[in-house]
Amino acid sequence: MNQNSVENIIALSSDLRWQIGDDFHDGLAEGIYADASEIANASVQINNQKKRFRLDAKIDKIVTSKTWGFPIMFLILAVILWLTIVGANYPSSMLAELLLDTIHPLLKNGAASIGMPWWLDGFLIDGVYLAVAWVIAVMLPPMAIFFPLFTLLEDFGYLPRVAFNLDYLFKKSGAHGKQALTMSMGFGCNAAGVVATRIIDSPRERLIAIITNNFSLCNGRWPTQILIATIFIGAVVPASFSAIASLSAVIGIAILGIFFMFFTSWALTKTVLKGEVSTFNLELPPYRPPRFWKTIYTSLIDRTLIVLWRAILFAVPAGAVIWLISNIYIGNESMASWIINSLDSFGFLLGLNGVILLAYIVAIPANEIVIPTILMLTVMASGIPGGEGAGVMFELDSVSATGDILRAGGWTLLTAINLMLFSLLHNPCSTTIYTIYKETNSAKWTIVASILPIIMGFVITFLVAQIWRLFF
Amino acid sequence: MDNKINSACETCPQYNAKGLKKLGLNIENIDFVVALAGNPNTGKSTVFNALTGLRQHTGNWPGKTVVRAEGAFEYNNQKFKLVDLPGTYSLLSTSQDEEVARNFILFGKPDVTVIIVDASRLERNLNLVLQILEITDKVVLCLNLMDEAKRNNIKIDTRTLSRDLGVPVVPTSARFNEGIPDLIQTINEVATGKIICKPHRIQNVPKNIEKAVKRLSVEIKQQFPSIPNSRWIAFRLLEGDTHIIEALKTGELV
Repeated sequence: MNQNSVENIIALSSDLRWQIGDDFHDGLAEGIYADASEIANASVQINNQKKRFRLDAKIDKIVTSKTWGFPIMFLILAVILWLTIVGANYPSSMLAELLLDTIHPLLKNGAASIGMPWWLDGFLIDGVYLAVAWVIAVMLPPMAIFFPLFTLLEDFGYLPRVAFNLDYLFKKSGAHGKQALTMSMGFGCNAAGVVATRIIDSPRERLIAIITNNFSLCNGRWPTQILIATIFIGAVVPASFSAIASLSAVIGIAILGIFFMFFTSWALTKTVLKGEVSTFNLELPPYRPPRFWKTIYTSLIDRTLIVLWRAILFAVPAGAVIWLISNIYIGNESMASWIINSLDSFGFLLGLNGVILLAYIVAIPANEIVIPTILMLTVMASGIPGGEGAGVMFELDSVSATGDILRAGGWTLLTAINLMLFSLLHNPCSTTIYTIYKETNSAKWTIVASILPIIMGFVITFLVAQIWRLFF
Repeated sequence: MDNKINSACETCPQYNAKGLKKLGLNIENIDFVVALAGNPNTGKSTVFNALTGLRQHTGNWPGKTVVRAEGAFEYNNQKFKLVDLPGTYSLLSTSQDEEVARNFILFGKPDVTVIIVDASRLERNLNLVLQILEITDKVVLCLNLMDEAKRNNIKIDTRTLSRDLGVPVVPTSARFNEGIPDLIQTINEVATGKIICKPHRIQNVPKNIEKAVKRLSVEIKQQFPSIPNSRWIAFRLLEGDTHIIEALKTGELV
C-alpha cells in the first residue's frame, strides 16, 4: 500500500461527502432502523392481549410522580439508614467486646510474658492492632448492612428513577442528569463514584460530577455522623424521641450534602466551567426482582470486604503514627499535644478544636479512623482517666461513655454540629484524590476538587460558630 | 475414556458439562479472544460472570460498566479470553464509552464478537447488531433476558432471526444460567470455523448514499484487499470520522 492511494481514497470520500450533502448520517440511520424493523417483524410475536408491562408502568407512575417522587426517595433513604443504624449496634458492640476487651488484654499479657520492650509492645499492640480492631468493629457492621441494601435497590432498578426525579434540578444547576447516578454511587464510596462519572459524555459536565462527588457522604463518614448524632443530638430531646432526632440529623446532613452538590455545580457552571447542558437518553430499565441471596453474598464478599480491607490497610500506619506522635516528646510535651495546642485557636474559630483538626490530618488516608483518633487524642489532651492512655486507640464500651469523654474534652452541642458539618465538607480521602487525578489527568482539577470542599467547610463551620455564639 | 452414556443429553453436541473450565483472571496463552458487546443493561456483565466465574459488579442501570473487563474460560482444551465492553446503543457517534467498544471490535479484531440483546426489545437492539455485522462477520447473537420476554408474552422465532441475520442465535437467561452451555458451544464453533457466518448487510440505504458507498468501498478493496469491512470503512469515511481516516493512514485497519 502506498501513501498516495490512501490520500486518493480520502480525497474521493470528501468529494462524495459533498455530493451527498447533510443527509448522510440521517439517511444511514433511517436505513438501519428500516432493516431492524423488517427483521424484528419477521421473527417477533407479541401477544398484546396479555401484555404485562403495566406493573412497571404503574410503579413508575408513583415513584417518578411530581407529588410522590421526592417523599418516596427520602423515605427509602431513611429506611436504609434506620436499618443500618439500628442493625449495626449489636454486632458492633459484640465485635468491640471480642477484639478490644478480650483479645487486646490477651495480646498485652502475651507480650509481657515474652518480655517485649514497652515501646515495641505499645507500637504494635496499642497502636497498630487497636487501630485495626477499631476499624473492624465500627466499620464492618454498618457496611455489611448498608452495601447489600443499596445493592438490592440497585438491582431492582431504582437508581435510574432517582436520576429521572432529580434531572430537572441537575439541568437547573447546569450539570448532567446522569450525575444523579454517580452521586448515588458516591454514597457508597467517593472513589467509586468518581470512576462512575465515565458514563457522562461531555467533559465539562463530567468534571463537575467529579468535583462535586465528595458531597455525597461516603461509607467512611456515615458511622461518624451516626455516632455523633446519637450522642449529642439525641440527647437534646426526650429519650423517646432521641432515635428519630438523631436519624433526622443524619438525613439532614446527607440532604445538605446534596444541596451543596447542586450549589457547587451551579457555581462552577456560572464561573469556570461555563457551557450548555447536554441532552441524553435515560433508559428506565424494567424492574427486576433482585436475586436476594446472590446479591447479599456478592455485595458482602466483593464490596464490603474489599472496602474493609482498604480501611484496615490505612488504619495500620495511622495507628502507628498516632502512637508515635503521642509518645515522642519535644521538651515536656508530646508531639501530639504540641500540634493540638497550636491548632486549638484556629479550631475555636470554627467551633471545633485542635484535636478534631489533628484527627482530620491523621485521617486523610481514610475517613473511617476519624472518631477513634479524636477519642484517643481527647483523652490524652484533657488528661482525664479513660481508655488505655497515651497513644492508644480504643473503643469505649457504650455510647454514653464516649459522650462523657468528649464532654470532658470540652465538647458542646456546637462542637458536635460543626463536626458533622466538617465531616461532610472537607477534603476527599487520599484514595479518592488519587482516583480524581487518574480520571482527570490534571493536577489543577485534582487540587480544585481537594481544596474546594475544605474551604467551604471552613467557611460554613466558621459562620455557624459565630452565629451560635451570638445567641448562646 | 469411559464411554458409557448416562442420559440422552450426553449424546448431543451441545452437552459438554465437563469441557468447561472457568479460568477467572488467568488470561495467559489464549487461543481465542471473544468480545461481549450490546446495548446498555442487557446483561453483558452477567453473561461475563457466568462464563468466567468472576464476579464483575452487576446492577440494573444502564452504563454500569465503564471500563472493559477481561476474564477467561477454557472449553475443550482451548482457552478463550472474554472482554466485557461498555454498553452502547450505536457505534455511529463518538462518546467515550462508545469508542471503547468500537475500537475494540475494529482494532482489537476479536475472534468472535458476542452481541447480547434484550429479547423484549429486539427491534431497538438490532440497530447496534446491524452495525456490528458490518464490521465483523464472526458473530454470535445472544438473545438474553428470555425469562422477561416470556413474562411479557413475547415470542421470538430464533431460526427466522438467525436466517435473516446470517449468524447463529442463542436464547439465554444468564441470570439463571439458562442457555449458557449452548452459548459456549456456539462461540466455540464460530471461533474454530465450524460455523461460517453470512452476516446481513444493511439494505435500506438511500440510493445516492449506496452509490457513493459502493464506489468508495471498491476503491478501498482495491488498495487494501485484506480489509474485511470495506463497506463500514466507507460509511465512516463519508461521515468524516477523523479517527478512521487516521487509522487508514497508519495502516492500523489492515
